[in-house]
Amino acid sequence: MSEVKFSKEHEWITVEGDVATIGITKHATEMLGDIVFAELPEKGSSVEKDGTAGVVESTKAASDVYTPVSGEVVDTNQAIVDDPAKINEDPEGSAWFFKLKLKDSSEMDSLMNKEEYDKFAKESAS
Amino acid sequence: MGKKTSLNKLHQDNHAKFVEFAGYEMPIQYSKGIVEEHKFTRSNAGIFDVSHMGQLFIHGGEDLTADLEKIFPLDLKNLKQNSSKYSFLMNDSAGIHDDLIITKIEKGYLIILNAACKDNDFKILSDLLNSKYEMVLDDQRALIAIQGPKSVEILNNTIEGVEKLNFMTGNWFDYKDQKVFVTRSGYTGEDGFEVSINNDLAEGFTQNLMEKGAQLIGLGARDTLRLEAGLCLYGHELDTEKTPIEANLKWAISKERISNGGYVGSDKIMKEIQEGTSKIRIGIKPEGRLIAREKTKIFDDSEKLIGEVTSGTFGPSVNGPIAMGYIDKEFSKVDTKVLLEVRGKKHPASVCGLPFYKKSYVKGAN
Repeated sequence: MSEVKFSKEHEWITVEGDVATIGITKHATEMLGDIVFAELPEKGSSVEKDGTAGVVESTKAASDVYTPVSGEVVDTNQAIVDDPAKINEDPEGSAWFFKLKLKDSSEMDSLMNKEEYDKFAKESAS
Repeated sequence: MGKKTSLNKLHQDNHAKFVEFAGYEMPIQYSKGIVEEHKFTRSNAGIFDVSHMGQLFIHGGEDLTADLEKIFPLDLKNLKQNSSKYSFLMNDSAGIHDDLIITKIEKGYLIILNAACKDNDFKILSDLLNSKYEMVLDDQRALIAIQGPKSVEILNNTIEGVEKLNFMTGNWFDYKDQKVFVTRSGYTGEDGFEVSINNDLAEGFTQNLMEKGAQLIGLGARDTLRLEAGLCLYGHELDTEKTPIEANLKWAISKERISNGGYVGSDKIMKEIQEGTSKIRIGIKPEGRLIAREKTKIFDDSEKLIGEVTSGTFGPSVNGPIAMGYIDKEFSKVDTKVLLEVRGKKHPASVCGLPFYKKSYVKGAN
């Protein structure tokens, strides 16, 4: 599996072969608070880099989830739809959002590595 | 950021996340988060800093009671001293300037007003009373609510005697050689109290409650708690475009005032009671986990626009989404199927009774 990469919209992404797994970061969940609703893209649909690919809602507000890369949705994580609190518990592990068949792997190049993202998240939080 | 209450430092020390609310820097939540804070209040005792709300003391005699009856739709003459009523300040067309709790105290009344409305309320009331009475919007006192099943035991340990208060009554008590005014009331659907206390004692008093097991709760959980209890929030369910009859608050108008009138807005109220209103406040239960926020449009099954959501969230104790809103009267019957438009799609929901979550208040023998 590839190194974990991060987007400015607080998504994480890992790639295995030509399939990417995408979720939201721990930092994002801390900003959102208790997540009580999740909506995921439909299996088989196509999503475009930086486009909307889902929604999460906390007790306070709704936020869009964006996809950091383009591709076709090949799998979604029904477990987080059924129990959205899982997203707060394990955002960067079992509470992944969806899997994409990558359209253009070079889209990964513009994303941040962990160190860059941690710095970005720290700055954007203050 | 805005004005600070006397508990601001305590909020900071307890890792509050702050928001600006009605010009005040207020805690939206602490480190445990809204869901935990909500559940703790329902099972234990939550402390709410509501010092931003207005505490209006009006002093006067029999004249004052008569003059206030020209403003509020209440039977104040027969209200016992130290008893409280929920009411509202209306304009001539019965639009609501504010909703409030009024308590008859020795030589006058104490009115608790919403933070965002209190200065305007003061002006309206001064004008209506022709500045005839001494009126003080007291910012030297904090207002601290303690809510939840354990609140009576915890507060009675700190201020002995409060356990004898019945729901919607109050009294003065001694605390550290000063007078505090305690009412058995609140806005969470739980048994609880609101304590009006001098600013310089507020932090120590709150710490005392915390040492006895109560925890600080933010405005986020206050909102989910009041929504589960089916209670209106000014600026959402209530504003100058809505009347108490539309808001389904007729129960708060004293019976004799319904027939006799004679208060600001009474002509409109009487007309609406006789003829009915075209829209009314209802509870809404979305299917599944969908959350319909404020301003969500409500449609019937033929896609006709029939209403709008005024508050919507996830209710931690009912473990599902809940909402309130206004709907055309013909669709207001419980179990009516409606559609909610969220993110461009229409989702099924039904009209339901309020509250979503019910507990009994302490009424006592008298």
